[in-house]
Amino acid sequence: MKPAPFDYVRAASVAEAVSALAGDPGAKVLAGGQSLVPLLSMRLAAPSLLVDINEVPGLADVTVEETGVRVGALARHAAVLDSDDVRRVQPLVSLALAHVAHATIRNRGTTVGSLVHADAAAEMPVVLRLLGGSVEVEGSAGRRTIAADDLYLGPLESSLAHDEVAVSALFPALAPGAGVAFDEIARRHGDYAMAGAAALVDGDAVRVGYLSVSDVPTVVDLTGVPDDELGEAALARLEPMDDIHATATYRAQLVRVLTARVVAAARSHAAAHDQQEAR
Amino acid sequence: MGQPVQRVEDQRFLRGLGRYVDDVDTGPGTLHAAVLRSPHAHARILDIDVEAVLDLDGVHAVYTHDDLTGPMAEPLPLLIPHPALTHGRTQHALAKDEVNYVGEAIAFVVADDRYVAEDAVARIVVTYDVLPPVVGLEAARAGERLVHDDVPGNLAARLEQEVGDARAAIAAAPHRLELDLTIERSACMPLEGRGTVARWEPDLDRLQLWTSTQTSTGVRAAVAVKLGLDLGQVDVITPDVGGGFGVKVVHPWPEELLVPYAARALGRPVKFTEDRREHFISSAHERGQVQHVEVGFDDDGRVLGLDVEFWHDNGAYTPYGLIVPIITSTQLLGPYKPGAYRVVFESLYTNTVIVTPYRGAGRPQGCYAMERTMDAVAAYLGKDRTEVRAANFIQPDEFPYDHGLVFQDGRELEYDSGDYPASLEKLKELVGWDDFPAYQREMAAQGRRVGIGLACYVEGTGVGPYEGAHVHVETSGKVKVATGLTTQGQGHATVFAQLVADELGVRFEDVEVVTGDTRRMPYAVGTYASRAAVMSGSAVHLAARRAKEKALRIAADALEADPADLQIVDGVVSVKGAPDSAIDLGTVSVLSNPLRYAFDEASKAATQFSVGDNSLPPVPEDEEPGLEGKDFYSPPRATFASGMHAVIVETDPETAEVTILKYAVVHDCGHLINPMIVEGQIHGGVAQGIGGALYERMAYDESGQLLNASFMDFLMPYVTEIPDGIDIDHLETPSPLNPLGIKGAGEAGVIPSAAVFAAAIEDAEGLAIRAMPISPSDLHTLRLSQEHPR
Amino acid sequence: MTEQLHEIRLTVNGAAHELRVPARRLLSDALRHDLGLTGTHVGCEHGVCGACTVLLDGAPTRACLVLAVTAADHEITTVEGLTEPDGSLGPVQQAFAECHGLQCGFCTPGFLTTIHAGLRDNPSPTHEEAREMVAGNLCRCTGYQNIVKAVERAAALRQAQGPAGQAQGPAGQGQVERS
Repeated sequence: MKPAPFDYVRAASVAEAVSALAGDPGAKVLAGGQSLVPLLSMRLAAPSLLVDINEVPGLADVTVEETGVRVGALARHAAVLDSDDVRRVQPLVSLALAHVAHATIRNRGTTVGSLVHADAAAEMPVVLRLLGGSVEVEGSAGRRTIAADDLYLGPLESSLAHDEVAVSALFPALAPGAGVAFDEIARRHGDYAMAGAAALVDGDAVRVGYLSVSDVPTVVDLTGVPDDELGEAALARLEPMDDIHATATYRAQLVRVLTARVVAAARSHAAAHDQQEAR
Repeated sequence: MGQPVQRVEDQRFLRGLGRYVDDVDTGPGTLHAAVLRSPHAHARILDIDVEAVLDLDGVHAVYTHDDLTGPMAEPLPLLIPHPALTHGRTQHALAKDEVNYVGEAIAFVVADDRYVAEDAVARIVVTYDVLPPVVGLEAARAGERLVHDDVPGNLAARLEQEVGDARAAIAAAPHRLELDLTIERSACMPLEGRGTVARWEPDLDRLQLWTSTQTSTGVRAAVAVKLGLDLGQVDVITPDVGGGFGVKVVHPWPEELLVPYAARALGRPVKFTEDRREHFISSAHERGQVQHVEVGFDDDGRVLGLDVEFWHDNGAYTPYGLIVPIITSTQLLGPYKPGAYRVVFESLYTNTVIVTPYRGAGRPQGCYAMERTMDAVAAYLGKDRTEVRAANFIQPDEFPYDHGLVFQDGRELEYDSGDYPASLEKLKELVGWDDFPAYQREMAAQGRRVGIGLACYVEGTGVGPYEGAHVHVETSGKVKVATGLTTQGQGHATVFAQLVADELGVRFEDVEVVTGDTRRMPYAVGTYASRAAVMSGSAVHLAARRAKEKALRIAADALEADPADLQIVDGVVSVKGAPDSAIDLGTVSVLSNPLRYAFDEASKAATQFSVGDNSLPPVPEDEEPGLEGKDFYSPPRATFASGMHAVIVETDPETAEVTILKYAVVHDCGHLINPMIVEGQIHGGVAQGIGGALYERMAYDESGQLLNASFMDFLMPYVTEIPDGIDIDHLETPSPLNPLGIKGAGEAGVIPSAAVFAAAIEDAEGLAIRAMPISPSDLHTLRLSQEHPR
Repeated sequence: MTEQLHEIRLTVNGAAHELRVPARRLLSDALRHDLGLTGTHVGCEHGVCGACTVLLDGAPTRACLVLAVTAADHEITTVEGLTEPDGSLGPVQQAFAECHGLQCGFCTPGFLTTIHAGLRDNPSPTHEEAREMVAGNLCRCTGYQNIVKAVERAAALRQAQGPAGQAQGPAGQGQVERS
């Protein structure tokens, strides 16, 4: 389990990274590497060039903006999870991050890297989608913003162009009076979940995002659905998959359980949040 | 003995100074190997094209079967032949014509480093004729497809043993039950994989081999035979080993032969370090069986007749013979004495990784069959599960108890000692058995499901043939001890030093123990079957006694005293009651070796003009120079440890997740040498058992691909999956078979886990559990099948 | 075709090492085989077992999931760096010896580095926090019972050492340069 050979560039700026990517159709960006390096070692990925952005200055910031919290491409999961700003502005990010792998992986893995890796079993893509967030990318053609809904094309497939580097992600702030919740069920603590759900409740609006249920991060609008029908309503819009850890039937059961749990939890969070705001 | 002495080996491990096989530094000229492995479960090899590899920079050699000659080209040894193994088959070091599991070795590349070696492996082009594979016991039993063309019905072996007339006893019994049970594959999965380093020394015409093994003498013999070397030309050194649990007793692995083969041919040291994916697909697995039990019993639950048939998945080859199913078939009986017993098993080929002993070695399956049966009997009669077990126990006054069966060592299955009723009482107390029904009702009232289960086992430990030990007191007074079996974390360097310190009368700190080095002890068998403490422990004790006797003879001479009046305390021999009349063991060692040449102050005392009665030969008749003791221990049969586990679980009514609320162990391994180490063994076994019962399985698909060949998907427990606290109580029923009264402890913790969790989940759910391991998804499926019975 | 080598400087346990490695060389291999620091063990090479955990700028990190070239110019602490300058065991190591927190010793270095950093950040963990601290490392031998005890014992030893002992950085001055 050793990587195949590749060339390597340690980029000093985003522009340098973009230009290196543009010059090699087999190039890939290396940030935290916590998903990429195992793929390299198993030779499931064999890029001709790795563009290491770890030393690019200014990409590790976590900043509060008017509309939400912006997470730089090199902000490690651990730093984002530790951020009081993040917890205050959009607590769902913190709730979900606590479920990302183990602490040691969070020390190195980046939140933005996880977003653009586009794994439907990962926590953060579905959170970004549920919140209506976006990713800021820079490529040869300049900078652009990709809305979360346009980011996920298929399993492990994002809409970033080959020469584009994700430089940050924006997680919109929690609206006053709104509530969020996150829960997942994994075989072992720290594993990818067999199923997970994140809820956003804002007034009457109820939306729930699912990870590990479909092959892309999927958000379902459950506004107006009676409480005892939430799970079935969600399942009507999902097609849970079979794998070695869970049958589709069991996964559907987890969707029912998790949907009820996160919606209820998000409602109580909203109520508490509301009271906090009122004070 | 009996003290929780801190381990001496930890000093190097904790500093990062352990020497595991991949740490062995044979210098910058060392080459590194990688193996091309079959991507198909069953295929004929039509062509292997290595052309693209040869021009790759840094590649030194590529071997396929065609390049092997002599014994190397023959199949690997069938290590443990058995008359019932009528169709034993073993693989070649590199596949000849055909591959029979995903992962089977096809080509061996030697290169400057492992990276380049893997590049080369990726360039080898093999043309296959892919054949339909046999995956799973059902397909193997159907026999429509064959793993080996010349093995009809995929049947490697069929073995039957019977005591009394079991079928007649069942037919005549007041009550009868039948159970169909399955248990899936798991694997040892030590954190260090396999690995071998070899250096051919042309100046000495000999081979040095370091390998991560549980049997250095076994590897030595196999390498000598395969490479056409005299035994005396091969040194096998077992460095620190990062866990074994059974898998590393298999030998020789293809790489254990190919590494020295290449090292000799290339004149450069060669290293192979297995990676994790390779460990999954090309080492060994265990546990997979399908069982059918018929039992006849009376109103008290006494088993009058027991008839067990089972089918054992031995994988693609049978290098380790029938050891696992033989152990299942005999140790199944546990602490019980059925009126009559018949067992028959079929060992079947499948196109999957070989099956060889994994901690417990067939006992977990046997315990599972027996204990599921006991629970079924109790449920049928509406009796407490402990009562039914108690009704079947062999009683303390019935030892030695001969079951009338032949055990894995070819000897009679005769239990030496035990006290099962006392163990059960301790367990009931420890887990709170009698209080549990009230707790269960209380929890049920809150909508919570809890269940309790127990399981009992007996484990034949310390099987022969023998182990030996050598104890050498140096002139410094330091004591060097060697025993030939190997160490994989059991703390042998500590416990054997404890034994020597006790017997010889020296300070524990002055004793240094070496294991698994054929240069130091060429006669040895290996570390398996919970035998190290019993076998090498006894041998070490006996060897220390011999050294002591010799020391006393020499000291008696020097002190002009009767040996019977002497004692050895902290390395000093003195006359009892006359402490001034004393001589330290270092000086005794000097005196034991009459010298012509002095090399330091101490040795002057032993030179020819200094000592000795001129009328006698310098070395007395019947003596040898040197203060040494060597002895071997070879018992007539195994000693039988026993234990009982109980667990309380909670099952989530919605998600079917299983939470362990309490785990209790009562364990009887005779006298304890180091209770701290014994408890550590139990902790580890229980954790491995939890993995095997609730998390781990080998997920093969229909084409024979292992779908979960990584730590991502093969779910070994983290701390979060193991209960916070394991309650342990000991019973010490000494063995009459060895001088220390000890029994083995290494495997015990893992044996009852499938049985005990099946019982507890069954109790929580009110569903019959007949297949293990069980995941939440499995439990959910089982719940649905009960809600909507077909 | 000869693979391009990159000249890098790795600072390990306070000592700087210059080496030339291909881009694909994993940090775990560079530490073990280029620098001879074989205390860092490789158990899975896909980031799950934790045996290879080292401290990268103080943060526990899987050495098998980092390329050596990426780690260049950063501070690395391995298990060898946890031993006190006088050669005695550091508090976490000492606690493992006292509590029988290891058997085969293969996973141990990853636990030691993880706990070393964990107690630096949280010197008085609750029992639950002690368990959580080791929740990302696999051990196949011990069943974790004594490892958790060792975390708690190490916390006590560190506190007994006082602020001086605790302030001792991971650098381990006086390490012999072995490359």
